Amino acid sequence: MQEEIFISGRELPKIDPYLEIWHFPIALYLFLGGLAAGILFFAALFTALDKDKQVPAVVKYAMIIVPVALSIGLMALFYDLTHKLYFWQLYTTIRLESPMSWGAWVLLIITPLSFLWVFSYFSEIFPKWKLPFPFLEKFETYLAKNRKNMAFMILPLSIILGIYTGILLSAFNARPLWNNSILGPLFLTSGLSTGAAAILLLSKTHFEKSLFTKIDLGLIIIELALIVHMIMGMYAGSAVQLEALDIMIGGEYTVLFFGFVIILGLLIPAFLETIEIFGYKVPVIIPSMLVLLGGLMFRVIMVEAGQITRYLY
Amino acid sequence: MNNSRRTFIKISALSASGLMLYNYGIKANATSLTANNKLADSAKALNRFPTYCEVCFWKCAAWAYVDENNNIPKIIGNDTDPHCYGRLCPRGTGGVGMYSDEDRLKTPLIRTQVNGEDTFREASWEEAIDLIAGKMKSIKEQYGPESFALLKHGAPGGHLEHLFQAYGSDTIGEPAYAQCRGPRETGFKLTFGAWVGSPEPTDIRDTKCLVLIGSHIGENMHNTQVQEMSECIDKGAAIIAVDPRFSTAASKAQHWLPIKPATDMALLLAWMHVLIYEDLYDKEYVELYGQGFDKLKEHVRGFTPEWAYGITTIKPEEIRKTARVMAEAAPSVIVHPGRHVTWYGDDSQRGRAIALLNALLGSWGRRGGFYFKESLKIPNFPHPPYPEPKWGWHEIGENFPFAEMGITNEIIKASIPGGNDKYPVKAWMVAGTNLLQSIPQASVIEKAIESIEFLVVLDTMPMEITGYADVVLPECTYLERYDDLRSATNREPSVALRMPVAPPKYDSKPAWWVAKQIGEKLGLKEYFNYTDYKETIAWQLEQIGSSLEEMEKIGVKNFPRKTGSMYLKEGEAYEFGTPSGKIEFYSDQLAEKGFDPMPVYTPHPEPENGYYRLNYGRSPMHTFSRTINNPNLSDLADENYLWVNPKVAKIEGLKNKQEVWLQNQDGITSTYPIKVRVTERIRWDSVYMYHGFGHNNKKLTRAHGKGMSDTQLITKVTVDPLMGGTGMRGNFVKIIQENPHKEILS
Amino acid sequence: MKYGMVIDTLKCVGCSDCVVACQTENNVPIGYCRDWVTESVNGAYPQIEMELKTERCNHCENAPCVRCCPTGASHIIEGGIVLVTPNECIGCGACIESCPYDARYQHPGGYVDKCTFCHHRLEKGQLPACVSVCPTHCMYFGDLDDPTSQVSQLLKSRKHKVLAPEAGTKPNIFYLVK
Repeated sequence: MQEEIFISGRELPKIDPYLEIWHFPIALYLFLGGLAAGILFFAALFTALDKDKQVPAVVKYAMIIVPVALSIGLMALFYDLTHKLYFWQLYTTIRLESPMSWGAWVLLIITPLSFLWVFSYFSEIFPKWKLPFPFLEKFETYLAKNRKNMAFMILPLSIILGIYTGILLSAFNARPLWNNSILGPLFLTSGLSTGAAAILLLSKTHFEKSLFTKIDLGLIIIELALIVHMIMGMYAGSAVQLEALDIMIGGEYTVLFFGFVIILGLLIPAFLETIEIFGYKVPVIIPSMLVLLGGLMFRVIMVEAGQITRYLY
Repeated sequence: MNNSRRTFIKISALSASGLMLYNYGIKANATSLTANNKLADSAKALNRFPTYCEVCFWKCAAWAYVDENNNIPKIIGNDTDPHCYGRLCPRGTGGVGMYSDEDRLKTPLIRTQVNGEDTFREASWEEAIDLIAGKMKSIKEQYGPESFALLKHGAPGGHLEHLFQAYGSDTIGEPAYAQCRGPRETGFKLTFGAWVGSPEPTDIRDTKCLVLIGSHIGENMHNTQVQEMSECIDKGAAIIAVDPRFSTAASKAQHWLPIKPATDMALLLAWMHVLIYEDLYDKEYVELYGQGFDKLKEHVRGFTPEWAYGITTIKPEEIRKTARVMAEAAPSVIVHPGRHVTWYGDDSQRGRAIALLNALLGSWGRRGGFYFKESLKIPNFPHPPYPEPKWGWHEIGENFPFAEMGITNEIIKASIPGGNDKYPVKAWMVAGTNLLQSIPQASVIEKAIESIEFLVVLDTMPMEITGYADVVLPECTYLERYDDLRSATNREPSVALRMPVAPPKYDSKPAWWVAKQIGEKLGLKEYFNYTDYKETIAWQLEQIGSSLEEMEKIGVKNFPRKTGSMYLKEGEAYEFGTPSGKIEFYSDQLAEKGFDPMPVYTPHPEPENGYYRLNYGRSPMHTFSRTINNPNLSDLADENYLWVNPKVAKIEGLKNKQEVWLQNQDGITSTYPIKVRVTERIRWDSVYMYHGFGHNNKKLTRAHGKGMSDTQLITKVTVDPLMGGTGMRGNFVKIIQENPHKEILS
Repeated sequence: MKYGMVIDTLKCVGCSDCVVACQTENNVPIGYCRDWVTESVNGAYPQIEMELKTERCNHCENAPCVRCCPTGASHIIEGGIVLVTPNECIGCGACIESCPYDARYQHPGGYVDKCTFCHHRLEKGQLPACVSVCPTHCMYFGDLDDPTSQVSQLLKSRKHKVLAPEAGTKPNIFYLVK
């Protein structure tokens, strides 16, 4: 029999017996950040390609979600900090090896930008309301004219926003469940997919609906492929990775992972969107809500299960 | 009999409004809970004072650091001290917790009745001292001062012993004798004419073979022994560990003999047989210094390794091999006398067997074996001679011809009417020992406590024994007082100073002050001819060629030896302290009194089906039950675990960390549960736990209800007929998984 | 100059003196610890092997905790000691996630804390508190870059291992084994 114990009474709160530093606030931010990144990407892409008039839901209505999502996400992150009064230290330096530093700076730029973007559509979104001050009206017009420049700024930033959380987690070689290089692209794809689902939910025209059904379906397929890739990689990995995989497949999180993320969050929406393309009418709320739920659950499971996995020694 | 007089007071004491007047130093108690790591800055503001540790009996000299708010953040060892070489053990390092523990006794407490229930009320020192002195006077008038007994341990005991002897009582005992090392002292005294003593004069750092039978060095933190064992590991010494449990020492041993419990005597006799009949013993040594060897040779003829195999389950080849390893290393070999050797009732004889084995190997008085220890004699501060009591500990223990100190259990027995009417004990003072954790058979102790007329307890913490007292006196810790100079035996004599590092907290007082106050009230002023104990220390230091100023600077002063070499020279004549002046392989003394002149093997009772032998031992992070509430040390280990073999766990259906209760062969059930640790390190016929847990007093906030008390389950005791030691390893327990207590325990 | 520690598992008895000494030296709050002791038992009675060792932050050369820190509060100073500047730490917890040895913890003051190799003692020419208190003398500390130092000599002459080498952190604490 093998015994491996602490004998000096070590019981660090939130670390023993399992790491529990990051919880729902982090998972929530990961989801909201990915969602915002997806919507931003599509909005910026279509605007840069001068197709923004064809996709009002993307550039106008879905974009309203972004500043809200980013604000809630940032508040969640701030809430999670334990040394809150010093949060400004994030902005005294740029650390190139730390994905969290990239994220902090990107968020610093992209959050106001998203507010400005929405503001630039103010009179289109709320035609009944009048802006109180004349300089605001001038500002809105100015922003509307420079929207394409904003789009060019937002495009790379949204990709970074979508991918950096995955890179951040994958850089933790101490947590075997996260420590694979697929996680970055996987998070990006998942973010784009949830963004597309949100857009789908809010789209009014048939053109947008069918376009984004196709886009979302494509993204789901890519996401499934990446997940398969990740699992195969872990099966072929070292002992710690096999142990980590045991949690997801045949462990405490199996039902959650396969039930919520794979089946409900990916396969069923994919099926529904496929039959939608073939002409069957499916209320758009179902696949998009499922995709959003799946995205959230995926983040929650990764955060919780990843902290349980550890190095064996 | 008024039953309620002696009920254990479970509820907390009444808090008088006067408490608010006392500065509990809560502000000053801002210890490690602050978020600032300012030690580097505050290092400038720290003063250091010399002391010697009192957490255990090893008395390592130390430097204690104190800041301007009287916080003691750190204690480190004194580099020049032969007890610790500058390194304290975890208990010594954690001594800061003893000082900062808010659960400490703060004021004198006097038993009173409120609404028909017993409780304590806070009192002034004057009232408490008056009460005690009054009782001592009345006991003296009614029965004689001999009837007031003192049960003690450590430095406070020393001061109270002086008071009691001045008062006219020699009815003094300490658990350290009959519950711990008494038997080995008797065994070695009968053989070599000298006690082993404390610290043991084991020359571990130069030994080539260390045999541990009944010793778990590494789990007991006898500082110098642990340090020297580490040194001898570096030098490649062989370690032979005989233990039914895979102890830490066994894990470092080249030879671990997983002996069946209670059969050690057979192994020792077989080893003697191999050494003698394979001609491996030290012939010149035995020839020159021994007497009665031929009788021993004849005696062990039948104790072959094959015979021992059947009893101990250790293979004959293993017995022979280890005997040869010992002989190869001889005379630089130590068969360690052990500590806490009160196991099965034949413990003095087993101690003698170990002594004989050492004698055959020629290790006594040889380098790498046992050195001749020496201490500096410090003259006592002058006082009138003590009165002669009519009887004392010696008479109480008269049934045990070889007892050389007070036998605590005999004193307890004499406190019960009908227990010993020749020498009736009517009152106790208990100082520095938690009787209910240190002495087995709690029912006997409780009966004795109920019978006596008065019980005074002097302690630093609200230990269980305080719950039975009539008067509780709060003692300050070793960091807050002067005490006697330490002059212990060692390779070279040394003297260490203990001085206050900080003033006593709350309303606690040093034991010397308590003794003096009581003494003066008893009219014994001439025995306490000083105002502050400092004066006696200063006087004593002058007598030995030092001074208080010097000792305050250096803490420890080493002196050259005066009694000659530490080791026997080749062929040197030597007079041992035995009647014959020689090492007695055959003991006439024992034969005359009707005991076995040479050790024999006696089989001891074994557990029946479903029961496991209850084994217990030390944790390196704690000292007995004393430190369980210490914040720093309870952070390391706040409860003990029950070690259970995986096979047993499977049969009983136990899981790791599961809570179980134990019930022993006499039907006594443990109050608290204990968590199971399933481990290969213990045999399938035994269970094991660290001693000292399962505290019952709610005022010990960190220790209350944590873990289980092994002492509670030790109700069967086999008494050593030679010196009265209480053999405690003959208790068997069965494991109960359902909570056997119906109501919630307080 | 590369500070490192060498710990002889053959001598460690698991007394945890190093834990208490660190606590009193560095004001570590009760309930938290910067270093700890582990016991590892293998085999079946009576063929048993046991290893006792004391662990702490390994002050890794390729420290993941320094890489991931967004504010630079986690940094490496001369000698290879990994430190945390409390007033630059925002308490994001990334470094705790990134340590394969779980050596860091969130101090009640809000920032992240861990073993500092007692660099405030090193500056005065003293050894870390744990090394100087260990009663079995099983801990050694010194300059790994100096071939004549005791730690370098021990590594040359004795078999040793590090914790979780496959994590790629290049720790600077070595354990001597049989």
